[in-house]
Amino acid sequence: MTHLAEGESLTAADVSWSVDGQHILAGVDVQVPTGSFTGLLGPNGSGKSTLLRGLARLGKLDEGVVHIGSDNVHRLPRRALARRLALVEQNSATDIDLRVLDVVLLGRTPHRAALQADSATDRAIAVHQLERVDLAHLAHRRWSTLSGGEQQRVHLARAMTQEPSLLVLDEPTNHLDVGHALQLLAMVQHSGLTVLAALHDLNLAAAFCDHLVVLHQGRVAASGPPEQVFTADLLAEVYGVEADVDLHPRTGRPHLWFHPPMVPH
Amino acid sequence: MSLPSVSRAERRTDAPAGTGGPLGLVFLLALALLAGSVVVSVALGQSDLSVREVWTVATERLGLGWLRIDLFGLHGAEGLTELRANLVWEMRLPRVLTAALVGGGLAVVGAVMQTLTRNPMADPYLLGISSGASLGAVAVIVAGLSLGSLGVAGGAFLGALGAFVLVLALGQRSGRLTPTRMILAGVAVGAFASAVTSFLIIWVADPHATQEAQFWLSGSLASARLPTVYTMAAAVLVGLLVCGFAARGLNAFAFGEDTAASLGIDVQRVRWVLLVVCALVTGVLVAGSGTIGFVGLLIPHAVRALVGPDHRRVLPLSALVGAVFLIWVDVVARIAFEPRDLPVGIMTAMLGVPVFLWILRRKVDR
Ligand SMILES: Nc1ncnc2c1ncn2[C@@H]1O[C@H](COP(=O)(O)OP(=O)(O)O)[C@@H](O)[C@H]1O
Ligand SMILES: [Mg+2]
Repeated sequence: MTHLAEGESLTAADVSWSVDGQHILAGVDVQVPTGSFTGLLGPNGSGKSTLLRGLARLGKLDEGVVHIGSDNVHRLPRRALARRLALVEQNSATDIDLRVLDVVLLGRTPHRAALQADSATDRAIAVHQLERVDLAHLAHRRWSTLSGGEQQRVHLARAMTQEPSLLVLDEPTNHLDVGHALQLLAMVQHSGLTVLAALHDLNLAAAFCDHLVVLHQGRVAASGPPEQVFTADLLAEVYGVEADVDLHPRTGRPHLWFHPPMVPH
Repeated sequence: MSLPSVSRAERRTDAPAGTGGPLGLVFLLALALLAGSVVVSVALGQSDLSVREVWTVATERLGLGWLRIDLFGLHGAEGLTELRANLVWEMRLPRVLTAALVGGGLAVVGAVMQTLTRNPMADPYLLGISSGASLGAVAVIVAGLSLGSLGVAGGAFLGALGAFVLVLALGQRSGRLTPTRMILAGVAVGAFASAVTSFLIIWVADPHATQEAQFWLSGSLASARLPTVYTMAAAVLVGLLVCGFAARGLNAFAFGEDTAASLGIDVQRVRWVLLVVCALVTGVLVAGSGTIGFVGLLIPHAVRALVGPDHRRVLPLSALVGAVFLIWVDVVARIAFEPRDLPVGIMTAMLGVPVFLWILRRKVDR
């Protein structure tokens, strides 16, 4: 089962959203080049989830134009969009007694007509994507019995089963152990898809991303390749931390060393 | 409350049924059960009829007289008087068919509402939608609009729709529906609609006012007649077709509306279409049988326990199981307490409330 994945670019121009007169996103420009792995960084509450939902047309935006390839996201029918862009949200829970494979098969929804049954191909795609997140052995388990990290990986398999060209991930590694986090990021990096992922671990972002966008209070504070974006000044300004930027001895990618803050007694 | 939740995960690791396994057999079985139930239950009652008599009358009235020779080698029942033939065709059969349509229709509506509102306790009666329908029906009758039974059904539909929209509006808080809040809103709307219904009936001071009120408030199949059966059949058919087309989409609602939207579902459209269809089916059913509660709660939960949560199975199977269920509950209601003919809504409530409490404990009250 080899699906030749091809990416599409994503561009968002001048995206703004405010609630109760407070700007959550203000004039955000984002460019995610075709086939790139772009990391979306920023402290808690900087607007990452809001932006990702807006790009996937879940939340409404006050202003801004979003294009996938050459098509305006807001002009595409939902189904057509779901075949090109798949989203894994930060929190996505259910009380329904589903099995893991059922959840992954939901990814076939935009590809099938209302009365069409799941085909052998659908099943094969779903099983293959479960294998890629290392969970094929849990295909028949109940969803409610999985750990948080396993659920997160199943959601990724579900998104991949949509066979999109663009993968939008909101903190895909926040429940994962270091081994599975590295594995997952390597998997999406080599998927051939265009990937936009909100990440919290800056060293993981530096290790995997080609391109970074840093949000701070709803605005883009910096964007570019990791070696340009990660500077001691930016980290101090955006995260309020003191850090040295070094190069990773094996990969040559930037690596950050953080200093514990002084705590007044 | 006392036991820790550890046992939840250990209970069973395999979900009830496999994805897309061979279910044709289950459907055929349920269908056969429904057909058998209709024939047998028509024969049961105060004046005993034989299955053979029922079959004879039914086939003859449908212009299928030749069938009775071929099937089971049944001969035309001798001494089948016109009176007994009319009992079958004018009284028993409409009642049994009404039970089947109401049971099947309410079960499907309940299943759809539970998914749409992400509320395992959703049921047209518990959410006050049936009471809204009653109010709408009674309002049309009281207003003296001579619109016939279709007019009453139309009023019931509007009443159901109004109650549903009201409960959805009252049941949410900053855009999020919470199950308990929704049930409370349903109780409030239902109680109000019932009170106004009783008021309207008594206000017109019909000599049969209390009996009439009883019908609208607790539901009964005693007055079922053929013309209403046709209207109900049409509404249930429309409901089944629309919900059938929405079944795959409804599966996508498992993780909420946002995930459904990101899977390509036009959430607003699906929601409004299904909301209107649920109100239509509930309205037409209530117009013919009053408010029969808990069927929409009981049946979908039982069916899910049997075949898993996939709507492509749950919806058609709920229709069949709901139909069989209400046929037999009504058989008990009309013959177990002879000579009394109990309103079937009383029976469904007695069966439904324990299940309601079980769901409340297991699924909502975490
Ligand atoms: N619907 C909403 N109403 C009010 N405030 C909101 C809403 N959605 C998000 N916010 C606020 O917007 C900010 C950005 O949220 P979010 O995008 O979730 O941040 P991040 O994902 O970067 O942690 C937060 O301060 C949050 O409280
Ligand atoms: Mg977030």
